[in-house]
Amino acid sequence: MLRYTSRRILQMIPVLLGTTLLIYAMVFAMPGDPVTALFGDKPVNENVADQIRAEYNLDEPFIVQYLLFLKGIFVGDFGITFSGRPVIDIIARVFPTTIKLAFMALIIEMVLGVAVGVMAGIRKGKLFDSTVLMLSLVVIAIPTFVLGFVGQFVFGIELGWFPATARDASIGSLLMPAVVLAGVSLAYVIRLTRTSIVENLSADHVRTAKAKGLSGSRVTTVHVLRNSLIPVVTFLGADLGTLMGGAIVTEYIFAVDGVGSALYDAILRSEGTTVVSIVTLLVVVYIFANLLVDLLYAVLDPRIRYA
Amino acid sequence: MPDTSIPRATRAGQQRYVAPLDETPLQGVDAVSNESDGSSLWKDAFRSLIRQPLFIISGLLILLILVVVAFPWLFTSADPTYCTLDNSLAEPRAGHPLGFNQQGCDIYARVIYGAQASVMVGAFTTLGVVIIGGIIGAVAGFYGGWIDALLSRIMDIFFALPFVLAAIVVLQLVRDSITVWHIIGVLAAFGWTQIARITRGAVISTKNSDFVTASTAVGASPLKNLVRHVLPNAIAPVIVTATVSLGIYIVAEATLSYLGLGLPSTIVSWGADIASAQTLIRTNPEALFFPAAALAVTVLSFIMMGDAVRDALDPKARTR
Repeated sequence: MLRYTSRRILQMIPVLLGTTLLIYAMVFAMPGDPVTALFGDKPVNENVADQIRAEYNLDEPFIVQYLLFLKGIFVGDFGITFSGRPVIDIIARVFPTTIKLAFMALIIEMVLGVAVGVMAGIRKGKLFDSTVLMLSLVVIAIPTFVLGFVGQFVFGIELGWFPATARDASIGSLLMPAVVLAGVSLAYVIRLTRTSIVENLSADHVRTAKAKGLSGSRVTTVHVLRNSLIPVVTFLGADLGTLMGGAIVTEYIFAVDGVGSALYDAILRSEGTTVVSIVTLLVVVYIFANLLVDLLYAVLDPRIRYA
Repeated sequence: MPDTSIPRATRAGQQRYVAPLDETPLQGVDAVSNESDGSSLWKDAFRSLIRQPLFIISGLLILLILVVVAFPWLFTSADPTYCTLDNSLAEPRAGHPLGFNQQGCDIYARVIYGAQASVMVGAFTTLGVVIIGGIIGAVAGFYGGWIDALLSRIMDIFFALPFVLAAIVVLQLVRDSITVWHIIGVLAAFGWTQIARITRGAVISTKNSDFVTASTAVGASPLKNLVRHVLPNAIAPVIVTATVSLGIYIVAEATLSYLGLGLPSTIVSWGADIASAQTLIRTNPEALFFPAAALAVTVLSFIMMGDAVRDALDPKARTR
């Protein structure tokens, strides 16, 4: 177990290096000179501009800039933005909100997704099952941003059930964005759970459990559900990363002051340091979530052991 | 002494008729008739597919969409790019069944002509993803060893980057001159990992099967094995995933347009139309509804098709 975990953590290093290098190269290639943009309409003072460039290491070649950035990350220094704020301040401001949002979405997926999936699975071929299958496809087919602003209009403005924006990041105001963010993944979780339940319902050990007279609910919860959860857990683990990084559209619609909004703003302002720092953290979250899932397998399925 | 010879049909007291050996033609138990059609995964799948309503509906819808893409002028005589503010938000009238949007463009004509950009992005991105992902996945799975380790890490790198985010950063580079090909390129460049992982998995699982060992035993080269035996068996899951992702890429294009990094306004596109109609949701919901519905129906037909094909190709899910 320990050996497996340490090997996995070692494998993360090249992935992390590759991802940061890739995103750093892309941000580096962005057009426009952020330093001259700082002067606005005023004439550019070359001396000052050069001084700023030197301060941000922008006068160094690409690979040196990247290595300096990497060095900073290791000592916990994420650099400063062009407006002089430490990037770590932005990170400390936006990450808690997005983590809250992502976990709310994840809980919705877990509870609603597994419950509906199980109900559809044990009613395979019935009306409920077909309706759920069809509805889940419709949800996948409608773009998140359409779901988002239609939901915002109907529930936030017309009916007034939820706040239309979530600037304050309270649980109540984040509920609507969380539902929208969970939407597509929820549909996948339902379908995955259902397929898995259907497959396991015809397994030998389930037939045996039924034959020895166990009640229907005990067979479903103990013998079917536990085995069916493995693919669902895999999906949810990978989805946590997607939820955190993919919240750009949802946060944009509901004006949530989170990672997605900060990232989008930073991209538009060519704020290389901020973009790369946030993405690096997102990738770390993603990789660790996946590692956690792999370790969870052993809990769900005693047959899986990591030597 | 009990009679141990083969029982005769006409013996007294016998309950059932047993055909005597000399009346039954001699036949091997596993003999296969050459006249009857051979069955394969694909034939079985097709046979169960044409009986599935989901497949028929999605197939017809996709056919209709393709006709709309190829011959849009069959469906409308209006020009989707002819917009005049005199017609801004005008009611439907003869020849313009869905009315006009804020810029005074014919909504129906724009819905019809918008299919081209969406389907083109979906189809070519899928093609690109299958080519890149298929080759990388097949090479990684088939050769194994350090090649697999290297390619798998590269897959991890691209997989860990949030898809929309990477697209935004790259499209920012060409912000003022985005074409359909930029969108296709960027979606394919960051979307190939899923197909690569599936191909790799399928290749690894078929590589070790008996018929490939047999083929190696009679002297087939590794490359011939890969092309002739392994790939055809790995292709089913790839087709399923590709069909579903075609729909997903159409959604991705619309999302990029919504974020202002999609196609320029000179190209008629559902995503851009949905984005610009967002502010009209209270007063003129039809300007929003029709492009969104067209998009959703298109995506839905491809997802349903993928779903039906998956069920048909999966012997476990297939009802005989």
